[in-house]
Amino acid sequence: MAELMEDRATEVMTVNIGPHHPATHGVLRLVVELEGEVVKDLKPVIGYVHTGIEKSCEDKSYWKVIPFVERMDYVSYFFQMEAYCGAVERLIGLEIPPRAKYLRTIFLELNRIHSHLVWLGTTALDLGAISMLWYCFRERDRILDLFEMAAGQRMHTRYFQVGGVIEDIPLGFEQKLRSFVADMPVRVGQYQALLDRNEVFLSRTKGVGIVSRERLLELGVTGPLLRAAGEPWDLRKAFDYLAYPEMDFKIPVGTVGDNYDRYRVRVAEMVESTKIIEQSLDLLPEGPFIADDRKYVLPPRSELSTSMESLIHHFKLVTEGFRVDPGEVYYSIESPRGELGCFVLADGSSKPSRVHFRDPSFVNLQAFREMAVGSYIADMIASLGMLDPILGGVDR
Amino acid sequence: MPDAPGLELIRGEIERDHPGSVLATSFDRGQAALIVDPTQVLAVLGWLRDEPGQRYRFLSSLHVADYLPAEPRFGVHYELLNRDRVERLRVKAMLGDPAASGPGQEPAGEHLGSFSAPAPGHSQSDLPEIDSCVELFATAEAQEREAFDFFGVVFRGHPDLTRILLPEDYVGWPQRRDFPVGGEPVTFTYNEHNYG
Repeated sequence: MAELMEDRATEVMTVNIGPHHPATHGVLRLVVELEGEVVKDLKPVIGYVHTGIEKSCEDKSYWKVIPFVERMDYVSYFFQMEAYCGAVERLIGLEIPPRAKYLRTIFLELNRIHSHLVWLGTTALDLGAISMLWYCFRERDRILDLFEMAAGQRMHTRYFQVGGVIEDIPLGFEQKLRSFVADMPVRVGQYQALLDRNEVFLSRTKGVGIVSRERLLELGVTGPLLRAAGEPWDLRKAFDYLAYPEMDFKIPVGTVGDNYDRYRVRVAEMVESTKIIEQSLDLLPEGPFIADDRKYVLPPRSELSTSMESLIHHFKLVTEGFRVDPGEVYYSIESPRGELGCFVLADGSSKPSRVHFRDPSFVNLQAFREMAVGSYIADMIASLGMLDPILGGVDR
Repeated sequence: MPDAPGLELIRGEIERDHPGSVLATSFDRGQAALIVDPTQVLAVLGWLRDEPGQRYRFLSSLHVADYLPAEPRFGVHYELLNRDRVERLRVKAMLGDPAASGPGQEPAGEHLGSFSAPAPGHSQSDLPEIDSCVELFATAEAQEREAFDFFGVVFRGHPDLTRILLPEDYVGWPQRRDFPVGGEPVTFTYNEHNYG
């Protein structure tokens, strides 16, 4: 009998979670070894939403790739667009006008807030704070309204083009955006009031899922996860792209690197993003919103009925697309989840020969095992939420 | 990025410690790249990581590109990053295709019906090989698996080199340039006969 009891106490049970499970934030399968409620080992199994986007991109002309890459990480579509368009612009040496830089910055930061809101709502839901979901999605809807106003689409807007953005912001957009930017820090304060001193939330997040800063760096983890561990690494500060060098903002960092720090860092980032948007609006230069190079950029609609040359350019761009001289470029930006890199290889034709995305979720997921092993299975779900993987981006 | 002279300096220093390891350099569109001998890629990566003057300690991305019809056709790219100096450096190892001159090789993708189906787990001798850098950069684990999954590049010494995104019984290396787009069989075909 005693032997039997001992066996039961140390019995390891292998449990399959997913791929279809609401708490996996997408189609992620986890094979977990449990001893009682404690996670002994786990292995993420991915690939359930692999759609071959990178392969499909090789069969499309450069400008038709944009809607494809948007659908990788479907929560931060503006970032995918920027990574891809930026890489192609660097390949062809196309400088984008200042106004486009600022507009892109505005939309990227709006998208960052949107992405963090989706993260906060769903992760708080995992921890039992159901009302957070409604509050976060309320603000998210205002961002989607802004996207719809400027681009005509709420998600997957195809707003960024090679050379700039497709349209200038409409009348009334700035006013609506300013009112959102004024409200958002107040809303973030309300979220913090709900969560920061919430007994359940604190005990579920403090001291959970700690991985040391050095180990995170070895594993290639970037973004809020790394910053929560105390490493102030942000590509917006480190590299010179878009209008970020002119912006005054801070990089929130954590101290311990537990789930609570991850939450604090992301929430603080939302406030910093509103500051960037506000400054971009103040500094928004007048002028064209897309480059004026007719070999790469569609001519204005109004010219098509009067200028034969514009019509020819338009026809060439829409049918064959532009050609890019052979070469390769790796361009990376700071997405809500970390370093989003885009590698584009051009072979001289009008289609990219290779498009590869270094998706931050894909790389960050490697740290999940170390975040979760040794903790309770319920905390594993919380750690997964705090990791914030988007499986569309992981699987591509 | 190191500038073009800086790249040549790095090359010279590596050549001093590991003669013959760097085959060429390229400085294109403001991005510096070392094209290295695939047999010495670990020596170069380790040198760049640990040499006090270099310290490229962060591997941003590892990916493979197929340069068909160039020979050698596969390029394994290592995007290194020095976070103190904020410099990126690309290390590129070009691998030939051992199957290209092998016997009985039929050109893939002639038409979809002729998909030569090597048995799963077939001999990996006709696949390009390179040393795994997981020991140097732990982050490469999943990325090397992805490269193996899509290009069939074998990373020697990888702890668990299996398919990562595709099903494990998948046949073929779909991101190769001679692999056709489309033609994937649809799994849900229980009522296929009703609709022809």
